[in-house]
Amino acid sequence: MEERRAIVRIKNLSKSYRRGAYTVPVLQDITFDIQEREFLSIMGPSGSGKSTLLNLIAGIDKADSGTVTVGDVEVTSLSETELALWRATHVGFIFQFYNLIPVLTAFENTELPLHLTGLSKKERQEHTRMALRLVNLEHRMDHYPRQLSGGEQQRVAIARAIITDPTILVADEPTGDLDRASAEEVLDLMERLNSELGKTIIMVTHDPRAAKRASITRSLEKGFLNDAHS
Amino acid sequence: MLILKLLFRNAFRNKLRTGLTFLGISIAILSFGLLRTVISAWYAGVDASSATRLITRNSISLVFPLPLSYKDRIRQTSGVKSVSYGTWFGGIYIEEKNFFPNLGVEPETFLDLYPEFVLQPEEREALLKDRKGFMAGRKLVEKYGWKRGDIVTLRGTFFPGNWDFVLRAVYRGKDETTDETQFLFHWDYLNETLKKTTAHPWADHVGYYIIGVTRPELASEVSSVIDSGFKNSLAETLTETEKAFQQSFVAMSGAIITAIQLVSMVVIVIILAVVANTMVMTTRERIGEYAVLKTLGFTGRHIAALVFGESLVITLIGCLLGMALTFPAAEAFSKSVGSYFPTFTIEPSTLYLDVAAGLVVAFAAAVIPCRRAIRLPIAEGLRRIG
Repeated sequence: MEERRAIVRIKNLSKSYRRGAYTVPVLQDITFDIQEREFLSIMGPSGSGKSTLLNLIAGIDKADSGTVTVGDVEVTSLSETELALWRATHVGFIFQFYNLIPVLTAFENTELPLHLTGLSKKERQEHTRMALRLVNLEHRMDHYPRQLSGGEQQRVAIARAIITDPTILVADEPTGDLDRASAEEVLDLMERLNSELGKTIIMVTHDPRAAKRASITRSLEKGFLNDAHS
Repeated sequence: MLILKLLFRNAFRNKLRTGLTFLGISIAILSFGLLRTVISAWYAGVDASSATRLITRNSISLVFPLPLSYKDRIRQTSGVKSVSYGTWFGGIYIEEKNFFPNLGVEPETFLDLYPEFVLQPEEREALLKDRKGFMAGRKLVEKYGWKRGDIVTLRGTFFPGNWDFVLRAVYRGKDETTDETQFLFHWDYLNETLKKTTAHPWADHVGYYIIGVTRPELASEVSSVIDSGFKNSLAETLTETEKAFQQSFVAMSGAIITAIQLVSMVVIVIILAVVANTMVMTTRERIGEYAVLKTLGFTGRHIAALVFGESLVITLIGCLLGMALTFPAAEAFSKSVGSYFPTFTIEPSTLYLDVAAGLVVAFAAAVIPCRRAIRLPIAEGLRRIG
């Protein structure tokens, strides 16, 4: 059996939010590893802290205590500027509402993260075409988000997420705003990215059918993490 | 390049709001430009003054005359090169709304002292020969359609009766600051008429003397010598530089000018409020998109460039539109006020002020929205989507 190393290591992670005079704990002393090329789904009811955990792993939120290490980088110790640079090269994001920029075409949206790299215009265009081909949307590259269906927009978002060949892909309810058929298409695509391209995917979802596509599922309840099951 | 593309597309995303903002900015810039031009026009006489010319008038007030006999005594003062004189006639052409300055002057010495009034030699000759002749500025002649040889009648106010004059010369200004709306006739014609009819108190008297000095630095000394020479006489004099003389007229309207200046500043504050309002709404709408960009690795600097850039694009386009509209508006304004402002031209300094005001407004309006966009935590920004 192939030996896999832990690509994400989470240790004693805690996070709480202030709601007026009250402090509400969201994550409490979370410790677990995510293996390289793993497709992990995190489930749990609303308010269980799934998205917060995902945000902390992706470096877009700050933990109260504990550490998150992705590859060799301890994300929780990076400054805002360092985090921005790190995210640009190591994390691909897939959101529930696609979050494409409405004034940019599918091609421009996909190309967006490459503007933060040192690639030439020609190289950027080649990479972008390749990413759109991978999600089967090369023929719609000049369309604006409003001219695409929800499923197509999410596929553009996936192309944008993978274009920099990031270390991890994080997906927050990627099928939450899609009909069944589009959701299946998106999940097929994510499965292929994991199995064929070896991408490590961390997906937060409510949907048990989506969670079934993952190789491993963990559930969060009231800020505590339950055991994993395949 | 990407930032430029994004900020331009963002600026025109909500076409109605951007259009209304352009309209607001351009009207404000147009008003600002016109008000600044009115102030400049007020000071046009001061700006056109020569440093080598002095004006001597009655020390009590300009409405009191000085005897003609002073001319020779002034001429003998050391440092004086030439002396001319004039009297404000204050005549009305057809009806009162047709206002323009009309003065009786001693043409030969006047033209020597005012080289900025440019005449053809033959016209000068014709004017000097005809005692009932007058010269008028190009703009005035064009306005009333006068032709050389035409008889123009002015109705006297202070000097009663109808006064006929023959147009003998049309002068052009040497530059844009020269007033081309004056009506200048022979003082001798006025004086002889006054002497013939009644014992008018202004007979053999003039309103003021214009004195040419050999060097500008002598102005103060010459003024003192002239005024001290007429001390304790029946008509004591007050001599000052032409600039100070013109400024004393402007000072009479000081309160109005200050009010106009204040209004022009208020206009800038209005533009600031218009653009700031647009930028606050825009940034609030795009807070989720900024969060997405930050998620992808774009930094606070990129977000600042987007917000400031959009503010700059909207303000400067509105500003350029307003500046372009200022020219026809100034033309129309100048026509409607007639000869009240002899020169009403938009000065380069007004246009520079327009652009400076635009830049200040663009940056000031974007400061708070930009701060909010940068400081908002990404997770909170993302929560606002959907």
